[in-house]
Amino acid sequence: MDEPLDESRLAGLPEWFAGMQRSAAEQFRALPASRREEENWRFADPKRLRFDRFRPARGLPESHAAELISRSVALKHTAGRYVFGNEELLAAEEVNAPGVICEPLEEAWRRHGDLFREHFMAQEFPLGAARYAALHKARTRSGLLIYVPAGIELELPIEVFHWVGGEEAAIFPHTLVVTGANASVTVAEFFRSADGLAAGSCGVVDLVAGPGSRIRHVSSQMLNGESDFLQMSAAVVARDADVKSLQLHGGGKSVRVESVCRLVEPNANSDMLSVSAPGTGQVFDQRTLQHHAAPYTKSDLLYKNVLSGESRSVFSGLIRVDEGAHYTDAYQTCRNLLLSDEAEASSMPGLEINADHVKCSHGSTTGPIEKEAVFYAGTRGIPAEAARHLIAFGFAAEVFDRIGSEPLSELLTGLLRERFTELSIGQGEGPRP
Amino acid sequence: MDWGTGGGVSLTKHQNERDKLMNFEESGSAAAAIDIDRSIGDFVYPEKHTLDAGRGLSAKTVDYISGVKGEPDWIRQFRQRALQVFMDKPLPIHWASRELERIDFDRIRYYLSSGDVPKRSWEEVPDEIKQTFERLGIPEQERKFLAGVEAQFDSEAAYSNIKEDLEKEGVIFVGSTKGLMDYPEVFRRWFGKVIPTGDNKFSALNSAVFSGGSFIYVPPGVKVAHPLQAYFRINAESFGQFERTLIIADEGAELTYMEGCTAPKFETSTLHSAVVELVAMPHARIQYITVQNWSSNVYNLVTKRGLAHENAEIRWIDCNIGSRLTMKYPGVVMKGRKARGEVISIALANTGQHQDTGAKMIHAADETTSNVVSKSISVGQGRATYRGMVHIPKRLRGCRNNTQCDALLINSSSRTDTYPAIVVRGNRHATQHEASVSQVSEDQIFYMKQRGLTEGEAMSLSVNGFVNDLVREFPMEYSVELKRLIDMEMEGSVG
Repeated sequence: MDEPLDESRLAGLPEWFAGMQRSAAEQFRALPASRREEENWRFADPKRLRFDRFRPARGLPESHAAELISRSVALKHTAGRYVFGNEELLAAEEVNAPGVICEPLEEAWRRHGDLFREHFMAQEFPLGAARYAALHKARTRSGLLIYVPAGIELELPIEVFHWVGGEEAAIFPHTLVVTGANASVTVAEFFRSADGLAAGSCGVVDLVAGPGSRIRHVSSQMLNGESDFLQMSAAVVARDADVKSLQLHGGGKSVRVESVCRLVEPNANSDMLSVSAPGTGQVFDQRTLQHHAAPYTKSDLLYKNVLSGESRSVFSGLIRVDEGAHYTDAYQTCRNLLLSDEAEASSMPGLEINADHVKCSHGSTTGPIEKEAVFYAGTRGIPAEAARHLIAFGFAAEVFDRIGSEPLSELLTGLLRERFTELSIGQGEGPRP
Repeated sequence: MDWGTGGGVSLTKHQNERDKLMNFEESGSAAAAIDIDRSIGDFVYPEKHTLDAGRGLSAKTVDYISGVKGEPDWIRQFRQRALQVFMDKPLPIHWASRELERIDFDRIRYYLSSGDVPKRSWEEVPDEIKQTFERLGIPEQERKFLAGVEAQFDSEAAYSNIKEDLEKEGVIFVGSTKGLMDYPEVFRRWFGKVIPTGDNKFSALNSAVFSGGSFIYVPPGVKVAHPLQAYFRINAESFGQFERTLIIADEGAELTYMEGCTAPKFETSTLHSAVVELVAMPHARIQYITVQNWSSNVYNLVTKRGLAHENAEIRWIDCNIGSRLTMKYPGVVMKGRKARGEVISIALANTGQHQDTGAKMIHAADETTSNVVSKSISVGQGRATYRGMVHIPKRLRGCRNNTQCDALLINSSSRTDTYPAIVVRGNRHATQHEASVSQVSEDQIFYMKQRGLTEGEAMSLSVNGFVNDLVREFPMEYSVELKRLIDMEMEGSVG
């Protein structure tokens, strides 16, 4: 992308917003492209993410839009549904609850400028893709601002679809969720390809959890195998608040996810969960930071990768416990299941501990399906192929229960099952005896 | 004096008392940090060097060293090429500590020697050097349980001896220069092959100015029952010690090698940058034991790697207690089927110290297995870091790795980091990595106090328990002393 900024689109925007996008574009131009020698890009190839080359996505033809809208249904019951196609809002079932703001960005920065400005990309993106964060900031125009005021609990999830289509088209979806004290909200986002062309999504998720509040955020990414996906998410968790985020990745050619949670007041809790099932030609790159900035905070991370065919995964996770953040509980687990001889998993689980009375551990395992387990299933009359499928599926799907919502867990299980079928997992890719 | 290698780490009752007082005065609070007694190693004799390469590093320095040693041309060229690599390579501060920038390569003295050949008999060793090693207990150790000893004083070995029967069996145990010149057919084949000059900036530096260290060859089938030992001593200020060690265990041979290091505490910092290469031919076993207790202004930047052929085993047993900054990641390249690699590591980082240690396991053949167990203790404002690399590339089967890192934090300002990297390709391997960070539990301390132990004693007991299973891996003489060493002064450091 030669020009990170689309000047024509800035006309009519609030001056502060246009100014912010202009300076973000400056920042993008000034920052050097990432190099693989950098620690944050170890084992990865920054050149694989092609957002420099991508063009801004153009509007989809109307007939196509109607078809996408009809395909944009995931959950039976929702608090609201929003469908974006190439950054345009195609359809919306609006959220209707007292005091709740749930508006597309273009509305949000006009009508709720102060709220938006306070939280929009207020957090740093220290995990390597800062340059693309600047690009996102300069370009974003689709996505939602969700604000749930103190005491309001939205029981049903808000569903958001992001479709992208067209050769080398890129979207820059943004999701900003802010909760007041003791509020509660669930947001489920779905990233899909509108066609089979190589497109891209460069998104940011900002989660700001007020005291005692609860945010659940789910991203399910099933782009086509030619497209690139980058998502940077930052959660700030206040006293007694709880943020759970879960990602499911099956699609994309080059996928990079950078997730940060910052626990800034006592008794804040964060769960970071992820399931990925890459197949031949796919590279999934995951970078995480659990940042404990206050005492008595807790975080738990569980990432599971099921790799088949000629696929690759990189996990780099860091638990950072600041000075004075005593009595921290922090856990981090990355488990890789390698189903083929050509699959490769790299993991870099890290710890930086500067406080006392800390309970921290991390674990990382990489291995195949155990022969003993397949043998055991065999003695119970389950054929080896079915057994491998079951074991691999069970390995990954157990993560979904941790999100603590049955409909969501069921939905994700279904999506993973489709993905497993697509990859024909269980069909003889296991280790030969 | 009861313990040679560690010398400066042993602790007598009297010194213990004295250091309690000193600690109190220095920190203003007895609770500030533990104190480890380095006083045994902390003495210095006046320098009597006749050969001195001067300060700073240039092609001339390298020529001087090579000339003084009377080396053949190929070694001189090897050194000069290495110097160029060293100059070209940047400091690895994009991942390592910026503390490295404080090393002033122009102030360091790269070669210091009295010009004497190493003595075979203890009586011939010059008095002051003799006293140095007597104070550290070297000859005593030798009489007790060693098969051979080499004692290096600044750049060159002062004393080198090997038991006669081993010599008869064909075991070669000499200094690096002598090894390359007298036995080129044995050593040249592997010299610089396990760790190429350009492996990192400091291996290049060592390749340019190396002096001293041990070259060992154990012929096929010979099992050296008692350990061979080297002892490294820095006596001169602003001096850089760059010993080079190459150990080859031929087919089916076995060998244990131990090294110990001390230096007095000077005003200016000192650099120690060794290269250690191990070659275990098929079915051979090498065990390499290090107890590093440099004084707290030594930069200890060491490259250690072993090459294990079929069914061979290489074990690095490593204990880092001294130095200001240690960067050391012993590695094993498992090149033959069923080769085994192991790193057992204990690190203790006190205030002003950064122990940046780890392990590197490169699986390059089928059915190779590796094991890494690392335990670190951070005290006061000390920082302990584990960095690890496990690599299982494509087209292999049946490789296994197990890595376990445990860190213990003693004070609230202590720091620990863990940065492992594990790359596995293919579905016929299994790796697991586990790390934990913990404190000495208040309940444990309470329980022991209730049984009549003081808080300090309870703390020592807990810390000893934490490393106990690893301490047992050291030969008995060492493990007893290591336990005493960790018997630290920690009154009031709980909470």
